[in-house]
Amino acid sequence: FALCLFREKKRRKIEALSEKMAVDEGHVACGGDWDGRWNHLKKFLERSGPFTLPDFEPGTETLQFLLETCKILVIGAGGLGCELLKNLALSGFRNIHVVDMDTIDISNLNRQFLFRSKDVGRPKAEVAAEFVNSRVPGCNVTPYPYFRVELRLTLTFEYFIARRWMNGMLISLLNYENGVVDQSTIIPLIDGGTEGFKGNARVILPGMTACIDCTLELYPPQINFPMCTIASMPRLPEHCIEFARILQWPKEEPFGDGVSLDGDNPEHIQWVFMKAQERASEFNITGVTYRLTQGVVKRVIPAVASTNAVIAAACATEAFKIATSAYVTLNNYLVFSDVDGLYTYTFEAERKENCSACSQVPQDLQFSSSAKLQDVLQYLTESTSLQMKSPAITTTLQGKNKTLYLQVINIKRSLVFSFSLSPSVLVSLTGAELGLADGQELAVADVTTPQTVLFKLNFTS
Amino acid sequence: MAANKAAKEQKYDRQLRLWGDHGQEALENAHVCLVNATATGTEILKNLVLPGIGAFTIVDGHKVSGEDVGNKLNRAQAATELLQELNSDVSGNFVEEVRAAGSYEMSQIWLDTCLRLGAVLWNAEVPFLVCRTYGLVGCMRLVVREHTVVESHPDNALEDLRLDQPFTELKNHIDSYDLDSMEKKDHSHTPWIIIVAKFLEKWYSEHNFQMPKNYKEKEAFRELLRQGILKNENGAPEDEENFDEAIKNVNTALNATKISSTVEDIFSCDLCDNITAQTPAFWVMARAVRDFVRDDGNGILPVRGTIPDMIADSEKFIKLQNVYREKALQDASVVSKHVESLLQSVGKVHGWHLNNFITNAAFLRVVRCRSLEEEYSIESVNKDEITSCMDNPDSEMVLYLMLRSIDRFYQQHSHYPGVYDYQVEEDISRLKVCVNSLLQEYGLSVSVKDDYIHEFCRCGSAEPHTVAAFLGGCAAQEAIKIITQQFVPFNNTFIYNAMTQTSATFQL
Repeated sequence: FALCLFREKKRRKIEALSEKMAVDEGHVACGGDWDGRWNHLKKFLERSGPFTLPDFEPGTETLQFLLETCKILVIGAGGLGCELLKNLALSGFRNIHVVDMDTIDISNLNRQFLFRSKDVGRPKAEVAAEFVNSRVPGCNVTPYPYFRVELRLTLTFEYFIARRWMNGMLISLLNYENGVVDQSTIIPLIDGGTEGFKGNARVILPGMTACIDCTLELYPPQINFPMCTIASMPRLPEHCIEFARILQWPKEEPFGDGVSLDGDNPEHIQWVFMKAQERASEFNITGVTYRLTQGVVKRVIPAVASTNAVIAAACATEAFKIATSAYVTLNNYLVFSDVDGLYTYTFEAERKENCSACSQVPQDLQFSSSAKLQDVLQYLTESTSLQMKSPAITTTLQGKNKTLYLQVINIKRSLVFSFSLSPSVLVSLTGAELGLADGQELAVADVTTPQTVLFKLNFTS
Repeated sequence: MAANKAAKEQKYDRQLRLWGDHGQEALENAHVCLVNATATGTEILKNLVLPGIGAFTIVDGHKVSGEDVGNKLNRAQAATELLQELNSDVSGNFVEEVRAAGSYEMSQIWLDTCLRLGAVLWNAEVPFLVCRTYGLVGCMRLVVREHTVVESHPDNALEDLRLDQPFTELKNHIDSYDLDSMEKKDHSHTPWIIIVAKFLEKWYSEHNFQMPKNYKEKEAFRELLRQGILKNENGAPEDEENFDEAIKNVNTALNATKISSTVEDIFSCDLCDNITAQTPAFWVMARAVRDFVRDDGNGILPVRGTIPDMIADSEKFIKLQNVYREKALQDASVVSKHVESLLQSVGKVHGWHLNNFITNAAFLRVVRCRSLEEEYSIESVNKDEITSCMDNPDSEMVLYLMLRSIDRFYQQHSHYPGVYDYQVEEDISRLKVCVNSLLQEYGLSVSVKDDYIHEFCRCGSAEPHTVAAFLGGCAAQEAIKIITQQFVPFNNTFIYNAMTQTSATFQL
């Protein structure tokens, strides 16, 4: 569901590498390619054409670059990832790295075709790599069934956060000279997403085109049912299920002390299902089924092979274009739906001037002088352009770095640790306790961004 | 057996949430035939095998070439084995010999095969999907005489609330509420449908029984609702979310209940008028609903019976929901009687999913495609569509014209343009001749940019995998739509341009 292309200055480096290749022992020049294997690619790489990029030079170097040098990172080996790996491997990419910390589940098998039922329980990245490496001679997929420790907490429960994190990471790798981005430090990011019969694919050139955070409003946060509805006024079967999950489970701890609800455990789902049914019959609500229960508890997104095939194909096509300059890249966002006929819409998402991720500009925060710390926290988490999860705020007071607020929540979404400079978040920002002044700079860290975001407080009276 | 069924439900869980158990059943009872196991063809099949199509048959006389991956087997067999591996629930087989004179040659002349096969399938009323990846262009053509869709699953469907003409039971239920005498708790948890209905009554008495029609009137009506919000001791409005919902929904809730033109068209089809023993279920049920509309429904469809969720206490919501549900059941049984009498008159009985039909009556769709013969014949070519699209010379229509041209090229030169490097230059001018003769023959006064002619020589009929994969995904889903009779298929030519990542659908 996301691809990063590592593209080096092709012409110079390929020459240097060719020399190295000739000397290396046991290195097969073309990975055992048989006659005609890359014919379909050669037509686009060895011939000039009317729609190529200006810097495109027909010749054999580009195919060599694809086969030998180009490195590509695929994040996720699931519905989109499996399709992507296949597409890339069959398009000449060989130096492929794939990250996925998930293991294979039986419900993956209707679309994640690199896996078989005998693979259930094994890490996706490993099985995917094995499959591609054995079926596509010469291809070298390296699996990473893990990632850096800080990410562990996030990638497992919120894929969208992972996207934003990767987006921020690539931005942090950019070098700027006199305010202009050094193009050789740009690592293109191709991002795809699907849901049922809808999907989108986009190309991001960090520092140059709109990034994920520039268009955060396109991804509004998930809306949860109001607590009072769940607690005392259920109307839909979903309300009954959420009642069992959110209120009854923690109270009754049906499978032991401290045992959290595991959406992948059928016995847990069965318990929630039965409790939801009881609640539903109390209120004369119909429609609670096992399938609905599982869908609500696991926040299941319906998925089918065809949509993933389409979006992954579009992403791989873009990867090919970026790596070869054989055609103009998508600029920069494609939307797809095949509910009614087939519909695509292509547009250029615009950069946000004050994007919190890529604009290099400290973010302005406007508050009244009577505002409280809680107001800042609320803004950081609820603003559609920021959508932070659990921001940690530090600032410099009297020459010392102080933590204004920090909250650590673990994977199971239960609070582990909370710290604030003041005992209550209702403390006034400008009051005696915190003493923040107009123009105060706040540094905010959050799981949605690998770099600290700088904010500047402006107090209006 | 039970364990197998449970395992299948788990495996297909994510797609069952899209087309349901009945959709899955239709898929598992289906048998598709793929002619030519090209990259595109195998991608399409992969996307049908994974979700569990019943069976597939591959017809292909070719040997595997260097461009295909690896084996020295016959293409049909190799493809069948690889695909079979993806899902043990599916049964696949292949046919290498095409039993017709000059068969191997025929399969080379792609267009020829297409048109002949198309004619046979049109007469046999078998849906035919023609797919092709040519360079960075993908093209799909659906050929089906008539395809009816009950479950079209529309996005953003309007609710069927009947506020403009409440049926008796709804009217009685609304009357049972007296907003003015309610305690705050009840007042704040009364469904917005009731609130709008009550205030509509007030509005009627002051506006000659006319609904708010334009923006000004709807705004005035919203103001009326705002006035209805309870005030606290200081005269400030209380927090009543149900009233907020009412105000938000004024735009759509006050629309006149009426039948869409799509459904009216279905009602006025011949098939609806003349019910015989051979009439398919869809048309019998459509006729029954039409009879309901004329005899029992006062010109509108049977009540759908669903309402959206809204702020309300459980009891009030459930009661209101049941009013709609019971009326829907009542209307359904009247429609059912119409079905029975129609069938009786032609001597049949049925076990059809009538309720499904009735709930979806407002969203019925019928797709009818022209035959390939009609598309290709000079007398019936869709000149208007082609010329108007070509007002924009970079419209996807130019890619369609190029595909038609390279087939013409093949007929004349027995190879596609630019397959070999040495051919590219020469073929560009020869292809241009083909383009011009095509345009002339069909009387199309449009011009095709040289860039496209160059591009279609450069690509040398290559079938890049990523373009084949895109088309494979699209095509498989269209096939699934036809098989499950859910969601609406395209009509009838889809062109995908991977160079620009754009697409278009033309009715040719």
